[in-house]
Parts: sequence; structure tokens; C-alpha cells
Amino acid sequence: MAAIELRDVVKTFGPTRAVDGLDLEVPEGICLGLLGPNGAGKSTTMRMLTGQAIADQGTLRVLGWDLPEQSKPARAEMGVVPQLDNLDIDVTVEDNLAVYARLYRVPDVGAAVDRCLDLARLRDRRRDAVDKLSGGMRRRLLLARGLVHEPRLVLLDEPTVGLDPQIRTELWRLIGDLKARGTTILMSTHYIEEAERLADEVAVMHRGRIISRGRPADLIAEHAGRQTAEVYAPPDRLAELRAGAEAAGLRVRPAGPAIAIVGSERADDGAIPREAVLRAATLEDVFVLLTGEEAE
Amino acid sequence: MDATASLQEGPRRTAMRRLEPAAIAGVMSREVANFRTYWRGTTFSSVLEPLVYLLAFGLGLSATLVDEVDGVPYIQFVGTGMVATAVIFSSALPSMFGTFVKHRFQNTYEAILAAPVDVEELVTAEMLWIATRSAVYGCTPLVVTFFWGLDPEPGMLLVPLFAFVTALGFSGFGVAMAATVAKIDQFNYVTALFVTPLFLVAGTFFPIEGLPRGFQVAAQLNPLHQLVELVRGGAFGFEAVDLLRFAFLVAFALVTWRVAIVRMRARLID
Repeated sequence: MAAIELRDVVKTFGPTRAVDGLDLEVPEGICLGLLGPNGAGKSTTMRMLTGQAIADQGTLRVLGWDLPEQSKPARAEMGVVPQLDNLDIDVTVEDNLAVYARLYRVPDVGAAVDRCLDLARLRDRRRDAVDKLSGGMRRRLLLARGLVHEPRLVLLDEPTVGLDPQIRTELWRLIGDLKARGTTILMSTHYIEEAERLADEVAVMHRGRIISRGRPADLIAEHAGRQTAEVYAPPDRLAELRAGAEAAGLRVRPAGPAIAIVGSERADDGAIPREAVLRAATLEDVFVLLTGEEAE
Repeated sequence: MDATASLQEGPRRTAMRRLEPAAIAGVMSREVANFRTYWRGTTFSSVLEPLVYLLAFGLGLSATLVDEVDGVPYIQFVGTGMVATAVIFSSALPSMFGTFVKHRFQNTYEAILAAPVDVEELVTAEMLWIATRSAVYGCTPLVVTFFWGLDPEPGMLLVPLFAFVTALGFSGFGVAMAATVAKIDQFNYVTALFVTPLFLVAGTFFPIEGLPRGFQVAAQLNPLHQLVELVRGGAFGFEAVDLLRFAFLVAFALVTWRVAIVRMRARLID
């Protein structure tokens, strides 16, 4: 039995199909990265899983509970770390945690608060108001709040969006610890590096559905081959090189001021210009090839 | 439910009921935690504002224009009526603005609804909390009027209950309005169209019998007027009709509770 099972799920907002025939299965004990550009339907999917959006069509099952009818018991067993900081900023760190321990019906609120304070490394700041904390501390607290009831499934909605690299690395370490304990994680992100580092499997979401899924290394091998050639040149020269590579059956994607010729190990002699920089293919190559969007 | 054995493990794996006390208490505990950080300012304004009205109208008019109304000294007439003013100011306005801010600016409800709490429990908890606060604040003008000769009566012990039920209704009204308006400045319309007229035509400052017939009929539909009459009943003697007045306030609370839930569900669940 999977922790999350979505079958042919559709969710529309007016004329927009935010989720369009989504099939997704998350086995217990893995971290699945839901990777997609803005507007791919990741957040709508997360909202449906927490009962805050109701699917127009399809079936949703979380931890064995059917949604939306059994959303409440399902939520009792899952933790959610939202994209936006919605901590109560005037309230102390420990009261923020205690409130959510009560909302999740945790029997020993004090013990749960202490455990979360340790997890977030905020024991010495427990009586401080949240608005006295640094940005990194607040994100750690937000993560710990989502784990106050020791959930079996955790939904991380863009957990590090807008954070500076140092705080992002801190959070990755915490999420890594969570993974190591065997918690099932569904993590939406549009950061390639985040998905690559943390996810056992990645599902690429685009226009409301999963267009590819697998372990990062498998996805790279399947869609981008082993090697990518990046070429930096004036726009006219890039257009000429692109046309030549595509004529030779290679896939080319924009890469900022350059082009990236994907699967360049398969190119015939002369198809890759001498000035090209060769590097190993990445998940970013896969993402851009599949979605047509520039990666972050 | 046909989940596998591994998914059926765990002490909390039970179906959950509607309107669970634990969920309501959890939401209220969040309100209490926040209230501890701002109670001084809220209490100051909730107590002072009705007192200013009480002193301005009660003392000002009794010194110059009105000695008594129906045999009751004017300051006592206003003091008993001001309970309703304190109730509406401390219930409708905080519920309107508080709900809107928590939903639109703080994303608080998104976090709460990710926990095992549904919209019905959320709205119920918000209303109960505001009504509890309002019932306390609502009694202040009555207590102050003791200093102007109002004698304590056993019937006054029911005033917190009357204030609580009325505040429940107005907090439901406020939540429903917050779930309806698109922008915070649209509360100006709500205040001008509903709150101010209800406050002024409640019989607080003058008996509604002096109003044109149409206004008198309309005042009977004003929950604040029913509260004013019930408080005066507690102070100067109940009448049989007061049972109907209380039933009207209970019905008002029930209707606004359900409307608030429907409106909030439409606002919070896509």
C-alpha cells in the first residue's frame, strides 16, 4: 500500500486546469520530489492532499484514508510544512509548538514541545517571541511545528523557497534526518539541486500532470544521456550551432547565455564545436528538456 | 477502509467526529496564546470606549436634558443599555478584522486546516473565544453604573449569559462578513450599513417607543435592542416577553453560526 495514491485527479479553477489527470503514487518510506515550474500544479496538489482543495474528478487516498471524506483522520497522521511562514510571530516559540501539539491531539504536549525544540535547535530560545528569531530559526521552527505529532507522512511545500543558501543547507540537513528515520516525504520544489540532493525519486510535473518519474540518475540517463556540451557564443553563432546539432538528431536547450547540447556523447565527429565545455548531464537538463522552462 | 496492516498501526488511527471538543479547544488555545500578547490594548479600548459613551451621554444629557426615563435615572438607563454597545464593539469588529487578517495576511487558517481541524470547528472556536471575551467586556458598563446608584440585583447574574449569546451572534456575523468582503476597506460599508445603525437604534440612549412606528418594528429585529431590554430586565425586573427576547438571541447566534461556516468554507476550501 502506498502512502499517497492519486488516480486521474483533475482540479480546475475557472477555465484553468491546474491539475489535469494526475496519477501519483508515493510508496511508504521514500522521499519523492515533485519537481515542476511555477504553475505546474504542485501547490494545488498539496492543497488537495490536506483537504483545502477538492478535486473535481479522480480518487485520492492518503495513508489508507479516502479524500476528501476522510481528510480529517488523514491529516491527523500527516505533517505539513507550508511554503509561507505562518507562525504566530508575537507568541513564544514554545507556545507556537504547544498550540499545534494540541491541534494534533498529542497526549504529552510538554514532551512534544521539548522534542521539537531540540529538533529545531531552539531550546535556549523557547521563551522568545517568534519575531525575535532569525530567518533560519523561523524556518527550522516551521519545520519542527509540522513534526510536532511525529507524523508518518510529511508534505513539504517548497520548503526552502526564497531562503539564502546557508539557511537552505540547514534545512536540507533537517530534512535529511527526517528521511533517515524512514518518514515518507512528499516535497514539492522547483529547485533542481534540492530535488537532486534529497529525493529518492523525482516526479516531473508540468501542466497539471506527471510527465516523467524515476530516480534522479535514471531520469538523467533516460532523457539526457551521459554528457552535455555547453557552448557560449554570440546569438547568431548559437542559432547556427543549434540548427546543426538538431539536424544531427541531438536535443538542444537554452542555458542562459549559452546553449546546452544534451546527450553530446552520441554526437558524430564535428557536431560538437571545439569551444564547447563538456560536463556530466544533470537533472536540470532533464527538467528543461521536459518542461521547456528554465530551471532555478 | 481497507488499508494494509502497516498503515493501520498507531494509536491515533480512528475515524474522527464532527465538532470535536479537542479541535475547538486547540484553536481556542491559539487565541489565548495570542491574546496574552495583546490583552492590554484590547481590554483598554473595549472597556474605555463604552465608558466614554456612558459618561458623555449618561452624565452629559442627565445634567442638561433628561432626568429620568420610565422612572429610571438617565445615567442608569444608559449604563444598562451600554452593555449592548460594549458587546457589539468587542465582538463584531474583532471578528471581522481578526478573521480577515488571519486568513488574508497571516495564512493562519491554512496552517490550522492542515491539522485535523475542519472549517466548522475553526469557526465555532473563533466565535466561542470572541463571545467569551465579549461577555466579560460587556459587563463593564454595568459594573461602572453601580457607582452611579444602580443597585445590584440577582437578575444581573444573567447578564454575562445574555452578553455571551448576543456576542456569539455578532461574532458569527463578523466572521461571515470577513469571508465575504474582497478587501479590508470594504468593512467600512459593513460598519456604516449594519453596525452603526444597530448600535444607535437599540434603545441604549433613548426608548424606541419615541421612534416612528416603522423604526419601532425594525428595532424588534435588532439583536442589540433585545439585549438592552434583557439587561434592563435583569436590573429592573424581568417580564414574560424576555423569554422570547432570549430565544430570539439564541436563534440569531445559531443562524449566524451556520452562515459563517458556509461562507468560510467557500472562502477557505477551493
